[in-house]
Amino acid sequence: MATAAVTAEREHYLNKEYGIRSWLLTTDHKRIALLYLISITFFFFVGGFFALLIRLELLTPAGDLVQADTYNKLFTMHGQVMIFFFLIPSIPAVLGNFLVPLMIGAKDLAFPRINLLSWYLYVIAGAIYVHCILTGGVDTGWTFYTPFSTAFSNTKVIEAGIAIFIAGFSSILTGLNFVVTIHRMRAPGMTWSRLPLFIWAHYATSIIQLLGTPVLAITLLLVVFERAFNLGIFDPTRGGDPLLFQHLFWFYSHPAVYIMILPAMAVESEIVACFTRKRIFGYNFVAMSSIAIAVFGFLVWAHHMFVAGISLYSALIFSILSYLVAVPSAIKVFNWTATMYRGSISFTTPMLYAFGFIGLFTMGGLTGLFLACLGIDVHVHDTYFVIAHFHYIMVGGAVMGYLGGMHFWWPKISGRMYPEGWGRLAALLVFVGFNLTFFPQFILGYMGMPRRYWQYPPEFQVLNVLSTAGSTILAVGYVLPMIYFLWSMRYGKIAEDNPWGAAGLEWKTSSPPPTFNFEEEPEVTWEAYNYEEIPAPAEEPVER
Amino acid sequence: MSEHVMSSKFYYTIWIALLGLTVVTAAVSFLDLGPFNVIVALVIATVKALLVVLFFMHVKYASEKLTKIVIVSAIFWLFLLLALSMADYATRLWS
Amino acid sequence: MSDSPIAVEQHGPELLHHFVDAEQQRDAASLGMWLFLATEIMFFGGMFCAYLIYRFWYYNEFAAGSRSLDITLGTVNTAVLICSSLTVALGVRAAQMGKRKLLVVLLLLTIVFGFAFLGIKGVEWYNKYEEHHIPGPSFNVDDLIKAYPQIHIDPQHEQIFFSLYFAMTGLHALHMIIGVVMFAFLSYYAWKGRYTPKYYTPVEMGGLYWHFVDIVWIYLFPLLYLIDRHH
Repeated sequence: MATAAVTAEREHYLNKEYGIRSWLLTTDHKRIALLYLISITFFFFVGGFFALLIRLELLTPAGDLVQADTYNKLFTMHGQVMIFFFLIPSIPAVLGNFLVPLMIGAKDLAFPRINLLSWYLYVIAGAIYVHCILTGGVDTGWTFYTPFSTAFSNTKVIEAGIAIFIAGFSSILTGLNFVVTIHRMRAPGMTWSRLPLFIWAHYATSIIQLLGTPVLAITLLLVVFERAFNLGIFDPTRGGDPLLFQHLFWFYSHPAVYIMILPAMAVESEIVACFTRKRIFGYNFVAMSSIAIAVFGFLVWAHHMFVAGISLYSALIFSILSYLVAVPSAIKVFNWTATMYRGSISFTTPMLYAFGFIGLFTMGGLTGLFLACLGIDVHVHDTYFVIAHFHYIMVGGAVMGYLGGMHFWWPKISGRMYPEGWGRLAALLVFVGFNLTFFPQFILGYMGMPRRYWQYPPEFQVLNVLSTAGSTILAVGYVLPMIYFLWSMRYGKIAEDNPWGAAGLEWKTSSPPPTFNFEEEPEVTWEAYNYEEIPAPAEEPVER
Repeated sequence: MSEHVMSSKFYYTIWIALLGLTVVTAAVSFLDLGPFNVIVALVIATVKALLVVLFFMHVKYASEKLTKIVIVSAIFWLFLLLALSMADYATRLWS
Repeated sequence: MSDSPIAVEQHGPELLHHFVDAEQQRDAASLGMWLFLATEIMFFGGMFCAYLIYRFWYYNEFAAGSRSLDITLGTVNTAVLICSSLTVALGVRAAQMGKRKLLVVLLLLTIVFGFAFLGIKGVEWYNKYEEHHIPGPSFNVDDLIKAYPQIHIDPQHEQIFFSLYFAMTGLHALHMIIGVVMFAFLSYYAWKGRYTPKYYTPVEMGGLYWHFVDIVWIYLFPLLYLIDRHH
């Protein structure tokens, strides 16, 4: 097999065609993945910008940086941008799009044109949302709770709702593509039990996208109708039930958090296996737990509504179910840890993110159990405890999974190595910055600081200042990879086909891969994670 | 999808059955069956839906189990939404 | 190792390069369409959930509203859609058997039935407009309150019924329109001879979509039109 000592004359998916048309009209899943990478990175910065303003405002107890109405817009748009335009697409639309066909030995996804359509829908949705931001924004909280959103808010609720509605279809199409691809286009010999766990987790994610997102779509549509035509479906003064909105909204939005975390777990399995040079412990359990998370995740939504007015009996049911949903996630954490036991561990950048993921996701997950307990939830609902909980999972978990995955597969995607020293530094900064930002928020919440408030009692200031300080470190940690990934595309060491000595079909083709992925259709005769057969990389696959 | 070509006579039979059931459901709605009105209506609707799914959409002859799994899962998921939501509404006045 | 890309195969123009063979392509299309229909079940399902809750809460208003709908037109429309499903099923069969002209006729007939449905629905909506039952500033259900003095009808709850009525039948009608447009394209390509017994997947997939829209109506009809007709 030719090594990457071959110069750039070798044709691959990046240099096959040049010009803007070849990118904007591409049906190559790898190019579409990069189109998504650019757009979601843009929105990450937009959402991050709002976060920065929030943290600046919260440096002082008084509301002195922005007005209260503006603050409402800041946290609303931070949440909506980060969730709908960054987190939900991130790993599936970038790494999933790039890797799913490669990992199963296919030439592309099942529906390449639908893949491109999903990107255009995302871009259109994003453009509408940016227009919404620039012409006044939206202030309802990311959750669009009624009747404020339908009857009282003076902001651009309809526009934001339509933007997210369209983004939802982008998500549905991605999920549809993955499920059909995984069922129908596996290479000969690639049985279900030989699939990388990355595929299992993306399959589970896709099921959630398919079954949950349409309910969000119809719910947003009803909000738009209600607001536009002055109906009373969710208005309590006119016989409507605001809780109906919440039931319908959370039926999607709770499983949505599993859309955001399962792909990060997908990445985690691949990284842990590679940098402990072992098959993931309990492969079947990890695979099945992905499916279990997808299914159980749909059974717990009303735990967001414990103090909203649902009946005590349904609250009990949802509380018990919420405890159960933690089990499959815990199984994964135990299995990754067991994999590391007596493994040959290398502390590369992806592995640093993987370590961070396990610890931070576990903390986030455990604090979720605090919230699932009805008595505790009464005390900490709508406080910074909740905010800390979900940021530990979404940022400490999902974003670190995303960054770890980007580093791990960067050689495959770009044909270049990123600078390992800088990579490790950035990972460290992210870890330290993250904990400094969000750990104080657990304490703040428990002490009673409410969320979505733009001013607070002076006794909370010290912890808020620590949190803001942490966020600046975190920001540096995020900006660094942007810089050195771009740098590496020109000056980075040229990557071999398999610089990490990793298992998986994607590493058996060149870095970057040719347009049709493989020179010959692969035929799989080995089990997943066959690290006992794969030599460790001859030299340290890192650049000092 | 199956290659099974069905006779047009068979399709016409299903068509007549569907039309018949439509007339029945409309007519039965004028009888007072108490709480069973809605049950009967939904049962008839489900029979009609099954006729369309199994025969017009060829699911009865589909070689793939996966098709049936997809349909059953979707219906089950809708049922989850309806049932767990109703668990709240039905029990709100209990306490 | 061959040095040419794998996509050098003899195949018809309909086989897309990333598929191994026609069967894989057809199986992928079929699974894709069924998954899409599953998402549609959940999409409509959200409104069925809202309907369920409010029917549970406001049965009287739902009953009165239901009785104000024209059961004859509703039944006729149900029959129209059933006929259209027949023409669709016969159309797929015609494609399977290579009968091009018959296929075109059946596809066009389906469109005719589709327009008939939309026309009748338009009439029904116009009736609602005349009766001031369309939610909004001119919404007025004094007629229903007068007609059923024995039950208490709250106009705001009644408006919820009609909001759901228009939202559900409106979304359904939108899907019908999309179906009609799709079938217009199918008819055109069928007339051009694109579909053969070896390749009629678009007709089949379009058929699945159409049948689904029919099934949604099969449930909408009793839930909207047949509440409490016996009183």
